Amino acid sequence: MRRIISILLLVIVTFGICQSLAKIPFGTPKTKVGGRYINEGVKETGAANIVTSVVLSYRGFDTLGEVTILFIASIGLGAVLGGVGKKTVTKTEPASFVLSTGCKILFPLILVFGAYIFIHGHLTPGGGFQGGAIIASAYLLIYLGCRQRRVSQTAYMTLESLGGLSFVAAGLVGLAVSGYFLANFLPRGTVNLLFSAGIIPVIYIAIGLKVGSELTGIIDNLVEES
Amino acid sequence: MGFLHNYAYYIGAFGLIFVGLYIILTKHNLIKAIIGLAILDTGVNLFLVSVGYITKGTAPIFSRPGIDAKRMVDPVPQALVLTAIVIGVAVLALALSLAIRLYQHYGTLNLRKIREQKW
Amino acid sequence: MILAVSLLVILMLVGAVAACVFRDLLNAVIAAALVSLIASILFYFLQAPDVAMAEAAIGAALTTAIFVIAIRRTNRYEE
Repeated sequence: MRRIISILLLVIVTFGICQSLAKIPFGTPKTKVGGRYINEGVKETGAANIVTSVVLSYRGFDTLGEVTILFIASIGLGAVLGGVGKKTVTKTEPASFVLSTGCKILFPLILVFGAYIFIHGHLTPGGGFQGGAIIASAYLLIYLGCRQRRVSQTAYMTLESLGGLSFVAAGLVGLAVSGYFLANFLPRGTVNLLFSAGIIPVIYIAIGLKVGSELTGIIDNLVEES
Repeated sequence: MGFLHNYAYYIGAFGLIFVGLYIILTKHNLIKAIIGLAILDTGVNLFLVSVGYITKGTAPIFSRPGIDAKRMVDPVPQALVLTAIVIGVAVLALALSLAIRLYQHYGTLNLRKIREQKW
Repeated sequence: MILAVSLLVILMLVGAVAACVFRDLLNAVIAAALVSLIASILFYFLQAPDVAMAEAAIGAALTTAIFVIAIRRTNRYEE
């Protein structure tokens, strides 16, 4: 009975959405904001990647909100699953020799690759969020391969707080220097060089470290049980 | 063929939204409902990016100084979807932690049985 | 080109229906990871490399890992 009602409801909703979507053609430009960002983006911000300049310079305040949401989710998960008592990882048999040696070799390579992606966020596709997720999967590899090593909790909490604080501090320094929050106060430089685009690489390095340590903390909290 | 050319991406995004909503509405297991939430998220993000596509356009990156700027796709939906993907994984992690606590308290994850227990 | 996109969309919808039908929760999670992977390929065809990288790293890898760890701490089969 419940199944029939839900299918009926979904058919009505889909019919309504299809009727309104037939009026949105596929493949034609729809807004003028995108065109303006593409034409003026390199001159105003100095970043070669237009998506990076939209995320961090034109809509930088939304990125601050998103970083706050990730922070609240990480703290909420720690509060729900934490609690008092001794914490141990569940007992399983140790991994084989090939697996643990391979994980130990791969771990620094993945860290370097993730750092490369968030440092060059303004030149190539990439950025802080993608690089942070790659760093978190390096920690997942350590958990699967060599189960005795654990990352200390103070290390990633300190890294996470430093990342978030430097994002807000960069915005406040921009407020003091130029008059509005998150202003671009460093020199723009020439396009396609590593040290260009003002404050954008600095903020992306902070975001990359913060997201990486946050996702590592989430996996670490899920794995332990008391 | 012209119809398929224009609407293949829309049909894919809609199918995912439809299946995701159906899983959330009818399944009794809590983790199944959270899987449905993840599929729904993917469908909405696919739809947003496909709205911003311009036919025969290129990616909005100025990798060489002489790139033609007239045929780039819209960069604003891509920036929004980047934010939405990260928020999706944060919500999923919090929902799974609540599911684990429910299992530790009630011993089952079937929503019908939890509703019948009444404290 | 349009044939490749249509085949990928059909495979994605089959994966989503499979995630609905399977009773073993681990199989359902792997079907959801398949949906995420094909969505990442479609993002690349829509000329969005940033979004494709984010969906592949976060949606396909980290979401699946979080689900598997959570299923390990609760039931494996849907009742």
